[in-house]
Amino acid sequence: MFGYYLDLALRSLKRNRALTALMVLAIAVGIGASMTTLTVMHLLSGDPLPGRSQRLFYPLVDPDPTRKDDREPYDVMDYRSAVDLWSAHRADRQALIVQSDLKSSAPSSGLPAVKLTMLSTTADFFPMFGVPFQYGGPWRAKDDAARARVAVISSDLNDKLFGGADSVGRVLRLRDSDVRIVGVLKPWRPSPLFYDVAGGRFSNGQTADFYGKPEDVITPFFTGLDINDGHFQQFTCWHIPDTPGHLQNAPCVWVRLWVELDGAGKVAAYRRFVADYAAQQMALGRFSHAGNARLRSLMEWLDYNGVVPSDVRLQTWLAFAFLIICLFNTVGLLLAKFMRRSGEIGVRRALGATRGAVFAQCLVEAGLIGLLGGIGGWLLTLAGLWLVRRQPAAYADMMHLDLPMFLLTFVAAVATSVLAGLLPAARASRLAPALQLKTL
Amino acid sequence: MQIRPILAALRKHRLATLLIALEIALACAVLCNACFLIATRMSAMDIRSGVDEAALAQVKLDCDDCNANDLNARVLSGLGKIPGVRSVSVINTVPFGDHAGTAGISLDPAGQHFGGVVDFYVAGPGSFEALGLKRVAGAPPGPDDYRRIDTTFLPADASVWVTRALAEHLWPGADPLGKEFWMDKFHFRVAGVLAHFARPGGGEGGPSTREWSVFVPTLPGKDLSGVYLLRAEPGQLPRVLRDARAAAVKLAPEAVLDQQASRTIGELRDRYFESDRAMAGILLGVIVALLLVTALGIVGLASFWVAQRRKQIGVRRALGATRGDILRYFQTENFLIVSLGIALGMLLAYALNLTLMEFYELPRLPLSYLPVGAAALWALGQLAVLAPALRAAAVPPVVATRSV
Repeated sequence: MFGYYLDLALRSLKRNRALTALMVLAIAVGIGASMTTLTVMHLLSGDPLPGRSQRLFYPLVDPDPTRKDDREPYDVMDYRSAVDLWSAHRADRQALIVQSDLKSSAPSSGLPAVKLTMLSTTADFFPMFGVPFQYGGPWRAKDDAARARVAVISSDLNDKLFGGADSVGRVLRLRDSDVRIVGVLKPWRPSPLFYDVAGGRFSNGQTADFYGKPEDVITPFFTGLDINDGHFQQFTCWHIPDTPGHLQNAPCVWVRLWVELDGAGKVAAYRRFVADYAAQQMALGRFSHAGNARLRSLMEWLDYNGVVPSDVRLQTWLAFAFLIICLFNTVGLLLAKFMRRSGEIGVRRALGATRGAVFAQCLVEAGLIGLLGGIGGWLLTLAGLWLVRRQPAAYADMMHLDLPMFLLTFVAAVATSVLAGLLPAARASRLAPALQLKTL
Repeated sequence: MQIRPILAALRKHRLATLLIALEIALACAVLCNACFLIATRMSAMDIRSGVDEAALAQVKLDCDDCNANDLNARVLSGLGKIPGVRSVSVINTVPFGDHAGTAGISLDPAGQHFGGVVDFYVAGPGSFEALGLKRVAGAPPGPDDYRRIDTTFLPADASVWVTRALAEHLWPGADPLGKEFWMDKFHFRVAGVLAHFARPGGGEGGPSTREWSVFVPTLPGKDLSGVYLLRAEPGQLPRVLRDARAAAVKLAPEAVLDQQASRTIGELRDRYFESDRAMAGILLGVIVALLLVTALGIVGLASFWVAQRRKQIGVRRALGATRGDILRYFQTENFLIVSLGIALGMLLAYALNLTLMEFYELPRLPLSYLPVGAAALWALGQLAVLAPALRAAAVPPVVATRSV
């Protein structure tokens, strides 16, 4: 029966090509617009580390004596709190993180020095975030303690400086220090760059920069502090630091800590540990309050920072309003199409077709239109994503149509058109056959 | 033109009429709000920086380990020699550049009375004149006003020039001249008021804080070096900047030229608003596609009705109706349907605006958008129905005599 309906649908679509084209175009434009924005939304609001994110947590304490418990702590920590929590090693894994800008060159490459951002972290960073390596590997925990002059570089920088060759063992000059490359990453692009996310509350929804690329040079935390001493930027300070750029004892927050905790019991224990630490620091007189210590999971932290740019959310809403307009449009056109065939439907009914059969036939026709619209919508989505890639946003280069979204394009197109076809099909199946036959 | 027969005919096609009306209502709501969003973006891009943008450029050198005084001297004299350069001065940043001196201020030395987060322009001799800042009160900074920086990025005690917007926020209604404020232990006294001077980037408190800038005359030195403000004749600026970029690399081989930041203020402004322009472009695209789809819907349905009523049209023509009568019938019908849609659409537009206001920092939709949106949709409807209506008018009276 389905094959027969399909044949009927094809004949009917061919009979009035202009009206068919209008409907297919309307669905294609609606699906194209909404799938483009939905794909952007899907890629920006997804889990940056699927399978790992639920084990990652971000602790915060509030060292600022001018604030109270009723405020959220700053988005990053002061040096002492972060290093204290890190060196307690109470989590399964823990990584200190700080970024700083410096001048870098590879003496052997003959290229001029460039300014780049260095990420300084501890050895757990790599296994904790599942960072993939092309050549070599991470440094060891003892390198952290020894302040070893080693570095891991991104595949981008490796391409630029060494033409993509295995550069393990080569030397990189960071400011005035030489570091030995121990590892080269594979292309790695978590979306968003979750470990750098902070300050989303103050960005007025302009959060596109959270989707930038990982830093090109990664050094051990304390090595980085040595190499680039005097050039660290604070997230914020509650007093002017005495030694700007050297913030180890400054009244400033500038260091992040990420921890991995496997299981609810460990999360609860660590939450208690952070609260106890704050209370202890208050007892020691270093903190003025201890009630607003926090431990958020990775996804909670991203939500708290509202990482999806508000422009993207606005575009998604617009696209959906647009899809609804296209839906109304299709309902109207399908209604016209089916009513026009009243005579034909009357004959089928008179010859014994049930209402259900007519209804099914109409829906098959609507579904076919949806499928055609889906093909158009898919092409328009590809065109739309091409346009998005040309936008001046940090996430532009990541935009592509992955398999789930590709399938969703067709599912959405067929579902939309079948939905649009319900009402006209019901109308058509309710026609009184006798009336229609009389006018023939 | 009689409306009653049209209404009677529409009543027979209640569902289709309602669908088209709803489509137009939604289109009206989205159209009005999208236009309004574009207008708000455009007006945000219209911000006055208060400086002579066409004549200014920035050259930025990153050199943390340079001898700053030596670097300043070399670059100032070197860039000054480039033909066409009117002046070169040292500054910490420029409008649409990077944030460089963002800090919270208070109106008392103890820091109890918080004044807001402002941007300090820390700028060397010659920069005030080069920027072309317009004063509304006070004298321009004199040679004695330029002070040395005390350990961080600001002089410990300085006369400053604030914008009218900031003065109005800090001391509403009062004369700001001579007023004092503090940033941590740093002390400032207002010596002049500027008409306009935008902070480098957006303000933390939204559009109203966009001009919370403070001009601090400062002597270049260890903590004020590396960023240079060039002034040249507007026509020569691109060439001057190109020469200056090349010269800066030679003058300071140990430094790294910041390629992104060493631009004319006009280029920096363009880049600053790039994403707003992109968003406005997307909205415009949506509006065009939306109008297109709506028009397609009207064409489709009107064509169907014309085809369906061929016989009735023939009868009317045979009974003496002119082609004009038939044409006007379909035009009036379309006008009625679109009007119904617009009436619903205005309510929807308003509701949509209220929702947007809740989630985005958007003002209320001005009422003037509604009639403009309505007129646009009426025009669209009439355009879309024209072809089918002309086809209807071309139906010959003889159709009435044939059986269908």
